[in-house]
Amino acid sequence: MMPPAMTLPIILFSVCGFLGLAVMAVALGSSRRATPVLYGGASIVSLVALIASLIQLVAGGHVTPGLTLPMGVPWIGVHFRLDALSSFFVAVIDLGAAVASLYAIGYGRHEHEPLRVLPFYPAFLAGMNLVVLAGDAFTFLVSWEFMSLSSWALVMAHHRDPGNIRAGYIYLLTASFGTLCLLLAFGLMAGPAGGYTFETIRTAHYSGWVAALVLALVLLGAGSKAGLVPLHVWLPLAHPAAPSHVSALMSGVMTKVAVYAFIRVVFDLLGEPSWWSSMVVLALGGVTAVLGVLYALIQQDIKRLLAYSTVENIGIIYIGLGLALAFQANGVTAGTALALTAVLLHVLNHSLFKSLLFFGAGAVLSATGERDMDRLGGLIHRMPVTAFTFLVGSVAISALPPLNGFVSEWMTFQAILLSPNLPQWGLKFMIPAVGALLALSAALAAACFVRGFGITFLGRPRAQAAAQARETDRFSQSAMLLLALLCLLAGILPGVVIDALAPVIQSLIGGRMPLQGNVPWLSIVPIAASRSSYNGLLVFLFIAASAWIAALAIHRFASHAVRRSAAWDCGYPDPSPLTQYSAGSFSQPIRRIYGATIFEARERIEMPAPGDTGPARFRVDLKDLVWDWLYAPIAGIVNFTAGRLNHLQFLTIRRYLSLVFVALIVLLLVLAIWM
Amino acid sequence: MDVIVNLAPQAGQMLLVLLLAPLLTGFVRIVKARLLRRRGPPLLQPYRDLLRLLRKEAVLAENASWLFRCAPYLIFAGTWVAAALIPTFGTGLMFSWSADLIAITALLGSARFFLALAGMDVGTSFGGIGSSREVMIATFAEPAMIMIVFTLALIAGSTQLSTIAGFMLSGGVGLRVSLGLALVALTMVAIAENARIPIDNPATHLELTMVHEAMVLEYSGRHLAMIELSAMLKLLLYVSLIACVFTPWGLAPDGAGPIPHFIGIGAYFLKLAVAGTLLAIFETSIAKMRVFRVPEFLGAALMLGLLAALLRFMSRSF
Repeated sequence: MMPPAMTLPIILFSVCGFLGLAVMAVALGSSRRATPVLYGGASIVSLVALIASLIQLVAGGHVTPGLTLPMGVPWIGVHFRLDALSSFFVAVIDLGAAVASLYAIGYGRHEHEPLRVLPFYPAFLAGMNLVVLAGDAFTFLVSWEFMSLSSWALVMAHHRDPGNIRAGYIYLLTASFGTLCLLLAFGLMAGPAGGYTFETIRTAHYSGWVAALVLALVLLGAGSKAGLVPLHVWLPLAHPAAPSHVSALMSGVMTKVAVYAFIRVVFDLLGEPSWWSSMVVLALGGVTAVLGVLYALIQQDIKRLLAYSTVENIGIIYIGLGLALAFQANGVTAGTALALTAVLLHVLNHSLFKSLLFFGAGAVLSATGERDMDRLGGLIHRMPVTAFTFLVGSVAISALPPLNGFVSEWMTFQAILLSPNLPQWGLKFMIPAVGALLALSAALAAACFVRGFGITFLGRPRAQAAAQARETDRFSQSAMLLLALLCLLAGILPGVVIDALAPVIQSLIGGRMPLQGNVPWLSIVPIAASRSSYNGLLVFLFIAASAWIAALAIHRFASHAVRRSAAWDCGYPDPSPLTQYSAGSFSQPIRRIYGATIFEARERIEMPAPGDTGPARFRVDLKDLVWDWLYAPIAGIVNFTAGRLNHLQFLTIRRYLSLVFVALIVLLLVLAIWM
Repeated sequence: MDVIVNLAPQAGQMLLVLLLAPLLTGFVRIVKARLLRRRGPPLLQPYRDLLRLLRKEAVLAENASWLFRCAPYLIFAGTWVAAALIPTFGTGLMFSWSADLIAITALLGSARFFLALAGMDVGTSFGGIGSSREVMIATFAEPAMIMIVFTLALIAGSTQLSTIAGFMLSGGVGLRVSLGLALVALTMVAIAENARIPIDNPATHLELTMVHEAMVLEYSGRHLAMIELSAMLKLLLYVSLIACVFTPWGLAPDGAGPIPHFIGIGAYFLKLAVAGTLLAIFETSIAKMRVFRVPEFLGAALMLGLLAALLRFMSRSF
């Protein structure tokens, strides 16, 4: 076994490996071998980094010495460090990367222009790893921008498809805005002395308004990358536009890098939070969770549905972060530890099931060429493995026991139940309301995934392509089966994961959840056994045993005869598959109830005039209020200003020179008055 | 020996709920019939129906998948496990710590998830309409239930149902505003979750407003028997839940001998009879509402639950 001190160099070598693969992709060109070789290579390299980070995590709070490389800005250098928090996120990134690369060995063969994907894919993996390894603000920001740009290139891989150019443009704008916010936040923290390393920043003390400003900037910067409402608009455009294994990484992993940035700055660098900051985070998280899943419920495109569901899960994660902040501001270490563990557990869980679901959507896409659910259906017969794994992912993301999504939500609920002791009245109002929003989003998520799975995989095929679909290749299948297994394992053995997270929590807040390894029967006990406990393993075994015993007894003693016949449907089955419930009709009740205000959903029936033989039409009009109220005005203002400034381009040289002169005078005047 | 003593109430409970569930349904049907001045089916008719269904062959639609065949057993298993963890006659359930009230709510959610999927499997319009409305109802009922759980957990200091029941039994609770709100909300949720009037009518087919029956329309034989039995178990589960939290009298405490347990069983029968009668009276005295009125009904339950939880967050004395 390698010593923990070696882990940082090994992970950095893996990053070099990724960069080498990117260069190799260019060198190999469009050779037929390039796809399996590169994705196989990426899979192995990420596996190495994953093992190294797990060793670091198991070794506990052991902090390896950082590395300083003489690159970058001369007087700062490039710092890398690997503490418990970074190693957890390296593990999440490289687990996702390893499985996505395995999936892509098969899936990548469907790519028409592999050179638009292959070089950027390992670069993207390298970028994400570098962000969490960075030990100073400069390295962090450069890596962050590298990650953004390489993922932008991947979003633009299919730039000829309609809508993708716009998606890439909006993504680029939001990413630049996010980096700008983070740049200002680090600038504020470094202060005029320019102490850019995290060690210096951590020891510094900040006055109230600086801390508040940094928090706001980090919320904007990291939140825009994570997809926090109202900064989420790029996410459902960009994530589905990329190839599916990249969509999985962007949704499942890159949003987690943004969560890392938030945790690193707020819990590690900034010092003691104030209680009102938790109010902001809680409110944003609650709104994001519910709005995200409501948007997901009205999507017809399966990949956009999954992207909006990512927004919802980010909301759940931020609810947990808000709770942790509230507890920490009041010095309740047990509560902080519980809420933060729930957050990190959900980070891991979401990376598992969201990757799984995007893989499934990618398999459907490559088998049928369709992303529109209303042209799919009945795929459970033709794609059994994809259907089964997608079902596992759907159950997990709907927070249903005994799978893993439930555990993290259960722990968040337990953290909420600890909070009535907090003294602030604002929190006493806010936390139960956010709890209701969390419960609402969980129920809506279940509805969303009944719809997503049911319309896509069940029923009868709605189009020819769905009727002729074939099961996906072995590599993709094994990647999906692996993730489904991990979802189950994390669901029935959550205690193991919680104990593995303990060093991370310990290093961040100086406290941890009680040790779960000693609890009998592998239960998890967040605070005390008399308060609450949950045992995923037993629940799983009970359900499996009851179902098995019931089925066995009935088949043995009663009847096991089966007859196939036409569907009953109250005696009037219709042969046309178009009479089935569609994605739009399934969400109609929810759209009417929730969407009437949130989306200004209006249903219209256009009847032809009497005597006209034309068909009647049913139309639904939806509005995206975030877009209409926030982004459209901003875009309007920018357009207007640009139009007004446009004539500056057509001046004579004389006027340009005088403009420069005036500008110089004004700047000097400002400087003189300022000093 | 210790294990057997510990296991006995748990095993007894599992068998009891399974055996009693059809009886409660039959009882409600009889009382309803008598209130309508009909004679109604015999008390044991649900047992006969189940046995008859079990012995018949299962007719499957041509394009029914494996999910359609597995779902009845999974739904039954989820509901049974949930029902086995709710104290009926004694609080000393051996495995009560394996799932608390939040997990029990979520277990019922899992059962519903598979039921809604099964409704969509054959690809008929009736199945789709049922599933779509079922999940719509769930989007209100589940958060309302979680709010009720919050209220109870904050009063008893635990989400473990046995502990909550034990706390209620200890008598130090008294009358509380939040408990009253929670009771009303829980009753409304229970009515909606069990597809009773005014949300849904368990006795109809071929009605456009039906929800539960529309989902299971394609089922027959043993599969239908499993689904019917799960529905009966769910009714019993909600009655037991309300009974053990709000009327815990007669519950045998943890580690009690056989005699308190027998008293507990007697008290439980009494509670079931009262609850069944009340349900029948309520159902005969109210008309079914149309489906887009349901959000108002359940929205009220959600608001009551939220109000109760807020009161508990504000002050310990409510």
